[in-house]
Amino acid sequence: MAELTDKAREEFFSEASDIIEAFSRNLLLLEGAGREGEPDPALVNEAFRAVHTLKGLAGLFGAVRLGTLSHRLEDLLDALRLGRRELTSEVLDVLFAAVDVFTVVLEAERTGEKETLPALEALYTELERIGTAEPADAGGVLDYELDAGMLAVLTEYEEHRLHANIQQNMRLYRLRVQFDLASIDKSLDEIKDRARQHGEIITYLPTGSAASADRIELDILLASKSDLATLIGALGADNVVVEEIPRKRRSLDRPTPAEATTGAAAPREESSTPLTAPGERALMDRERSLKSLTQTVRVDIRRLDHLMNIVGELNIVRSSLSRLSDRVRSEGQRALAAELTRLHRAFDRRLSEMQEGILEVRMVPLGQVFERLARVARQISRELDKEIRLVITGAETEIDKLIVEELSDPLMHMIRNAIDHGIEPKEQRSAVGKPEAGTIALNAYQKGSHVMIEVEDDGRGIDETSLVNKALKLGLIESSDVEQLTREEALGLVFLPGLSTRETASDVSGRGVGMDIVKTNIAKIGGVIDVHSESGIGTKMTITLPITLAIVSALMVRVSTHVFAVPLATVSEALNFDREMVRTVDGREVITLRGSTLPICRLERMFELERTDSAPTRGFVVVVALGTRRLGLVVDHLFGQEDIVIKPLGKSLSRVRGFAGATELGDQRVGLVLDTAALIEEVLSSSDGVRERLGVTHA
Amino acid sequence: MSSSRPVRFMPRVLVVEDSFSTRGFVRATLESGFGPESIEVVEAESGFDALRLLPRGSYDLVITDINMPDINGLELVQFIRQSDRHRGTRVVLISTQSSERDRARGIALGADAYLAKPFTEEQLRAVVAEQLDGSRSGGS
Repeated sequence: MAELTDKAREEFFSEASDIIEAFSRNLLLLEGAGREGEPDPALVNEAFRAVHTLKGLAGLFGAVRLGTLSHRLEDLLDALRLGRRELTSEVLDVLFAAVDVFTVVLEAERTGEKETLPALEALYTELERIGTAEPADAGGVLDYELDAGMLAVLTEYEEHRLHANIQQNMRLYRLRVQFDLASIDKSLDEIKDRARQHGEIITYLPTGSAASADRIELDILLASKSDLATLIGALGADNVVVEEIPRKRRSLDRPTPAEATTGAAAPREESSTPLTAPGERALMDRERSLKSLTQTVRVDIRRLDHLMNIVGELNIVRSSLSRLSDRVRSEGQRALAAELTRLHRAFDRRLSEMQEGILEVRMVPLGQVFERLARVARQISRELDKEIRLVITGAETEIDKLIVEELSDPLMHMIRNAIDHGIEPKEQRSAVGKPEAGTIALNAYQKGSHVMIEVEDDGRGIDETSLVNKALKLGLIESSDVEQLTREEALGLVFLPGLSTRETASDVSGRGVGMDIVKTNIAKIGGVIDVHSESGIGTKMTITLPITLAIVSALMVRVSTHVFAVPLATVSEALNFDREMVRTVDGREVITLRGSTLPICRLERMFELERTDSAPTRGFVVVVALGTRRLGLVVDHLFGQEDIVIKPLGKSLSRVRGFAGATELGDQRVGLVLDTAALIEEVLSSSDGVRERLGVTHA
Repeated sequence: MSSSRPVRFMPRVLVVEDSFSTRGFVRATLESGFGPESIEVVEAESGFDALRLLPRGSYDLVITDINMPDINGLELVQFIRQSDRHRGTRVVLISTQSSERDRARGIALGADAYLAKPFTEEQLRAVVAEQLDGSRSGGS
């Protein structure tokens, strides 16, 4: 293990967590399907394979606890897939619990944590409790005319599936197909889809007798209720021969009624001759994509960051090229300038395309996070004995991978709070005419250059009065402030530390997770959170996020000798500024813009910048807006629009409010990127007293 | 051949395994053990992938998992043994030991060796070295 590279270990952790995710998705499907009868054997087998693979990996990479746990679960899942055990809801609960424990154990392996894990011990206890499998039953005698060669190459599981189908009196068919190796993926998918409509595919066996080296011949063993004629009609083609595998004349151990009455086996069918395909084949949609034929590539996100950096630097080259062509023109060399401009434009176009291309690669659908949340919601609802209906829309909405990673914790806390505090107990809900099951909606959609995520519940809503009282008790606001609080501001109190926790701890949420932490975490990824609530009706929290952290369009400005970048997404307009325009209202500086009052913020004062020159009387106001709130930023000079790569500030600087990061300017200087949300918050808070107690300080 | 330098025998190994980190593990183990200039490792992520790759070159050794969806390792062994072109290729089966029956079948079908997961890097290198040695001396 010491010789294994970091890369190999990273791959292990990456694959292991993918497998755990897939296993979890699989369980959700099984649970859903289970309500409608027999669990799909393919799903149970997939679950088994996931855990089986995990066990193998754990062994190879020396992850002992993971290996032991996988082994225990593999036994359980093996019994389930071989039909020796029934998939009851009790068993399903244990499997769901296992998903969480897997995650914990994997994390412990990664960090080298050696302490005992109570969750693991608890799971083992549960596994003990639900007991071991019943002994396998003997199984029927195989009396089809399958040649020994085909039987010999079936794995134990495939043989079991064969038995299972035989016991259900399925007929067996051999589909002999020939494909071009070049187009095998597509051809295989087609035949698979069509064959699956009629039954279960047991195995694929290459025959080794293809017409040429470019082609391959396969025997597909299919178990189906349909008769030969139907199958020939559905599947027959130039390159597909359908034959039935006849039963032998002996009777089964457990004769079926049909056998008993006719006293003979089903009539033997002759091998059919190949028929031509009827008309053209209809292409069907695939239900589940096939892992073995995937076209995807795994990429370490650090490599994408590297590519983004290069694009950022090429951007600087591009703008230098533009300036060069301007200079050449001003020196009278028109023809040369025109040529340079053409080049610049071509470069610009291609670079934009490349930038977009890389950004797209970083994007992942939110569905990833939503699936995890579905599991959490289910678990919490069980523990709190509340029936919850989770509705998800917009799972296909895409967002930067790094943002997605940071979202799962805050969203989880929000859901936890919604279930715990928001949704009332069943009796209360019925009493007010609400359905017993509480509904929690997770909605995601794109709005311009932002992604919106809403967490909505139909619970009791936030009680402003008690919120205000609590804030008073905790000394976060003064009684004199209370009258001035608008409804919005009162609800906003929920984001103060200490306010969204319970008086006493409950089992699940403990004291509840503070919404202040949620808000901070969302701010870290460049987002903001708003809350709306109606008493008795419900609560909706809305998160607004940038689609990507990486490259943004920004308005470059200068204040004194400092260059700042203002994210263009938040800029609504820019105007000329003159000292004369400023008035003071309620202790705050404002200007009038088209009839309404616009608060302004002099950046040089806000950031306490020194002036080497005397303050200009004129300048510019950049109006930034977030939601309905607007603020005018007073600056000396506007450079224009640039696409910049935002780099995070180091740990020591990240606590400084007001900046979203930094960017490299052309001449190796660094420009700070403004966090317009924070600035708006800072300046527009209701009164100075509240501002101080909200912990808002100068950047 | 009358070249002044002896032609270096660089074995070509096909690893058929649907788990990508296991493939990575095998590759890393072989390359670090034999030297990346002394062994060529080609990866296939499924039985089908292997069928696509096999005709494109001659392999000295195929290392394959047994339990793969669709075309399983046993079927692959049989295919290799029945093929005129590939029947001389050495085959090592790797699989978790949960099925004794699968292992026995694999050997009966003509696999040259079986390695049970979890195996150590030393074990893997030893088996591969043994198979490659036999392959070289026995064939052309």
